[in-house]
Amino acid sequence: MLIKKAPDIKPSEITSESNFMNRREFIHSAGLAGAAGLLATPSGAQDVPASAVPLPDISPSPLSTDEPPNSFEDITTYNNFYEFGTDKGDPGENSGKFKPRPWEVTIDGEAEITGTFSYEDIVGPHPLEERIYRLRCVEAWSMVIPWVGFPLGDLLQRYKPTSKARYVAFETIVRPSEMPGQRGFFGLDWPYVEGLRMDEAMHPLTIMAVGVYGVELPNPNGAPLRLIVPWKYGFKGIKSIVRISFTEKEPPTTWSLQAPSEYGFYANVNPTVDHPRWSQASERPIGAGLFAPRQTTLMFNGYGDQVASLYEGLDLRRNF
Amino acid sequence: MATVPQSNIMFWSPSLRQVKRIIKPLVFIASLMPFAWLLLEAFGTLGRGLGANPIEAIQDWFGIWALRFLLITLSISPLRHITGMVWLLQLRRMFGLFAFFYASIHFLNYLVLDKRFDFPAIIEDVLDRLFITLGAASLLLLIPLAITSTNGWRRRLGRRWQKLHYLIYPIGIMVCWHFFWQVKQDILEPLIYCLILAMLLGYRLWRRRPG
Repeated sequence: MLIKKAPDIKPSEITSESNFMNRREFIHSAGLAGAAGLLATPSGAQDVPASAVPLPDISPSPLSTDEPPNSFEDITTYNNFYEFGTDKGDPGENSGKFKPRPWEVTIDGEAEITGTFSYEDIVGPHPLEERIYRLRCVEAWSMVIPWVGFPLGDLLQRYKPTSKARYVAFETIVRPSEMPGQRGFFGLDWPYVEGLRMDEAMHPLTIMAVGVYGVELPNPNGAPLRLIVPWKYGFKGIKSIVRISFTEKEPPTTWSLQAPSEYGFYANVNPTVDHPRWSQASERPIGAGLFAPRQTTLMFNGYGDQVASLYEGLDLRRNF
Repeated sequence: MATVPQSNIMFWSPSLRQVKRIIKPLVFIASLMPFAWLLLEAFGTLGRGLGANPIEAIQDWFGIWALRFLLITLSISPLRHITGMVWLLQLRRMFGLFAFFYASIHFLNYLVLDKRFDFPAIIEDVLDRLFITLGAASLLLLIPLAITSTNGWRRRLGRRWQKLHYLIYPIGIMVCWHFFWQVKQDILEPLIYCLILAMLLGYRLWRRRPG
């Protein structure tokens, strides 16, 4: 039997050990560079840490805004995620111990398919898109964030909601051992709960986000999966979701339980309805620097053309 | 009027000269530290040190230091009674003026950087939002106290000076309230400051108790 001698391999073609060992990082940076060219503008992506896990096959979306996104640092160091503490720096500082894998989500209520499903079951079948959305916090500040995710409606339909399903309720994980904010006296009532009307949940703008800047969702942003409803105040975007329930009645929502006169079920961004303690007419753009002016807040956070029809005939002053 | 009890414990009692030449300058420099610290954070790292929302960071920083200096000012008199360190009174005016100084920057940040002289929005804030009404009223009431803090004014006003400066008590209550009402959920921090204020004011009531 003829044994062919392997052709000479030029030393320059051999991957050095250090490069081989760093292949993940290399793929990551190459992927990011590619993603950055195609997707979010590269300037903000510069500070994505090498340890972040890149997400595969992300396509851009026509629903993205062309406004420049905030930096990865802004997005991951200025958060409201009371499970890790009430200061906006707390989630970035206190979420290091949180383990977003393995992860399971229970789907129950008015649907044909119910049960507990792994993260892979939930996310796996869906092609990922980048959605660069404005985010308007009820505290009158805003960011632009390049989320990665998929339409929530596509996910919900897989579980075949019945005709009784008029609302969708969501629940955040309770894990005090990894979430210091859940151990304090002055926190919220856990678990954090949120909900949407079915038509809001099925709206193409509403997404389940699994990443930001092309990498898996960082812990301060609600790893491993969270809701994004860009025309509503940020607190509707419930984080670290472990339960999705189809319900007939309007589900309770954490902030409206906490302070019913200040936060409602709908929480649509609305510059004409002020929070009792501050104006909602304008917002502070995060990351614009010390000398940037406030911005005028837009009705439905600028998504009015797409969503205003959902609320025809609804008194938005009463249903704030 | 209650008499000043002389403490049995021996506390250090510096001479008038030592207070003037050593303690006052040191306390003055120490009191400027919050201001210096913020400048270093802001310009040392081109604003990044103040986080993603530097205007809010400045607002909160000077607000909390104004409140702290107000409480320090209010604690001088009880401390003097309890420890017998009468010389502490010589520092009180400086602490009060620092409270006014930090409250003024707190307001200027709101006026210039946050609202950018948008007076209609500012008027709406003051009229419609009680926590801002309280903050504005507190600052306005501090102005006559700061102006009349000099020895000359004290002499000229005589007994009325003390009456005027009792305003510091309602100001203290309004400032704590102002803090309490602007937080969204975590009331622990404002609660601590409110408790300290309650102790400082309660001590005065307790000393004035009849019999």
